[in-house]
Amino acid sequence: MSSNHLILDAQELKQHYHVKQGVFKPDAVVKAVDGISFQLEKGKTLAIVGESGCGKSTLGRMLTMIETPTSGRLEHMGQDLLSLSKSAQATLRQKIQIIFQNPYGSLNPRKKIGSILEEPLVINSQLSKAERKAKALSIMAKVGLKTEHYDRYPHMFSGGQRQRIAIARGLMLDPSIIVADEPVSALDVSVQAQVLNLMMDLQTELGLSYVFISHDLSVVEHIADNVMVMYLGKVVEQGSREDLFNNPKHPYTLALLSSTPQLSPDKRRQRIKLQGELPSPLNPPSGCAFHGRCQYANERCHQEVPVLREDQTGHLIACHAVEEQRIELSQAV
Amino acid sequence: MSLLELNNLSVKFGPFQAVDNISYQVEEGEVLGIVGESGSGKSVSSLSIMGLIDYPGKVSAERLSFNGQDLQAMPEKQRRKLTGSDIAMIFQDPMTSLNPCFTVGYQIIEALKTHQGGSKKELKIRAIELLTQVGIPAPESRLDNYPHQLSGGMSQRVMIAIAIACNPRLLIADEPTTALDVTIQAQIIDLLIELQRKQKMGLVLITHDLALVAEVADRVIVMYAGQIVESGPAAEVFSTPKHPYTQALLASLPESAAGKSRLDALPGVVPGQYDRPLGCLLSPRCPYATEQCRQVEPDNQGDLHRQVKCHTPLDTEGRPAA
Repeated sequence: MSSNHLILDAQELKQHYHVKQGVFKPDAVVKAVDGISFQLEKGKTLAIVGESGCGKSTLGRMLTMIETPTSGRLEHMGQDLLSLSKSAQATLRQKIQIIFQNPYGSLNPRKKIGSILEEPLVINSQLSKAERKAKALSIMAKVGLKTEHYDRYPHMFSGGQRQRIAIARGLMLDPSIIVADEPVSALDVSVQAQVLNLMMDLQTELGLSYVFISHDLSVVEHIADNVMVMYLGKVVEQGSREDLFNNPKHPYTLALLSSTPQLSPDKRRQRIKLQGELPSPLNPPSGCAFHGRCQYANERCHQEVPVLREDQTGHLIACHAVEEQRIELSQAV
Repeated sequence: MSLLELNNLSVKFGPFQAVDNISYQVEEGEVLGIVGESGSGKSVSSLSIMGLIDYPGKVSAERLSFNGQDLQAMPEKQRRKLTGSDIAMIFQDPMTSLNPCFTVGYQIIEALKTHQGGSKKELKIRAIELLTQVGIPAPESRLDNYPHQLSGGMSQRVMIAIAIACNPRLLIADEPTTALDVTIQAQIIDLLIELQRKQKMGLVLITHDLALVAEVADRVIVMYAGQIVESGPAAEVFSTPKHPYTQALLASLPESAAGKSRLDALPGVVPGQYDRPLGCLLSPRCPYATEQCRQVEPDNQGDLHRQVKCHTPLDTEGRPAA
């Protein structure tokens, strides 16, 4: 991995929230994201996978600096984003944009598409009105919207087209990184395919890097270069797409993959039944957060938090059972 | 005799035809999957079976019968007795389908009391039994919980407990797992199928998740803009689709494209009230559309086993017949 291709470098990012529990009780701490490190290369897609409540959206919000991390380092092309001055942050912020899940909620219903798209320019640039409009129209053409859409309101568009508008808004400031928080979860399959194609085309054309947050493994398998699986604020497995989907190791990843319905009968895996549900982040289990639902858990898993270890192929796994080779992988896959 | 029989069922909201002359049967002990995108009429058609379409919606059908009884001809009171006991339904979002003001126990007992009756004690025992059946740990203590104290998966289990309270013979599940995480989805689907097998229920599983239907359904119906475009055994429909829409849906799934290649997306969107085309409803989006498709609405072809609504159904190679 040559360093000049490195566009985003996150080290030990943490986001802890304090939750009031009443006058006489001390505040509880929710460790929404607890020590996450990753590197994103130019033109690549990093997918973050996990169930609801695992901290994947919080991570996305930290990367775009909507929220300031409790601790950790976040470097964009070698510049530390967190120690910069407010004004320098504002400039850099333009380079990292976000697309939200629900295109019905993320577009202001009272504004025309034109002014939704131009708003980032009004705030962040000195462009004249005519220049702004020209820019908006050129981006609209890029995402497959027509010129006449410029004067329409969001309610006049379908879900897929709204998501195109949201993507266009993300592109207005020529970002280098786009954080896409479940961008296709609210869309139907045929429209989902259109939006995924658009995102892949834009990536090739503009050299964008994506942080793609999703719970849908089949979408992730399609679009990602690297995948990070999160569970309760921590990374449990991280590796290249090929590694992770062909050679998954962590019991949670195995369970996720086996729970995803498959169309073709020969792709179906033996179903690993997970007992119970995601534990509350207010009161996380001791040791490995996954031990309560894991069939391979033993005494050590109850006591000791597993650390993320790298194997020979650069595949990272945090699991005692994998380390001690207690899992017979041939049987599980 | 089929458990549920629909013949030319239509649902209209004013001038808008949400469901357009659909016919299908559900047999006892069968899992029927209904798939389609949003706006294809899958939910509205099942709500009309339950009698839940309110004014200004209008339901009309040549035949709508359950277990041989004509649902349209029977008095309202008698029909009300059937819905909720013999025909039950599970809705998409468990968090909003349960009443937040009442305890879980109250809501389960309410269903039992309406349809079966019994003493307070008996009802409570039965409610605990039901919660055990749907795999809720410590059911006695859960009876006094309010819905907000339950997680999404737990709420959906409670919904299933209410639905199966009166041992229904037909269960309609409308996107039962869409709001849930994958590992929880797997739990809930396993539970539904297990209950369905044990009680020999007919199960109508409505979903937009094609892979889910491919895994569990015996037969599948594909709906598009209010019409059934294709139906048949699930394995056959998914391996050799005959309708261009089914083919396009399958092709647009990320898992059917290898690696990071482009997906075969079907251009355009499902037609709504104002842009319903003449002829075949898919014709503006269909890659194989001919002049005939744009002018004349196709008839259903094939037998009851496998039907397709297309002028030029696809052959086993996936190409339109000449």
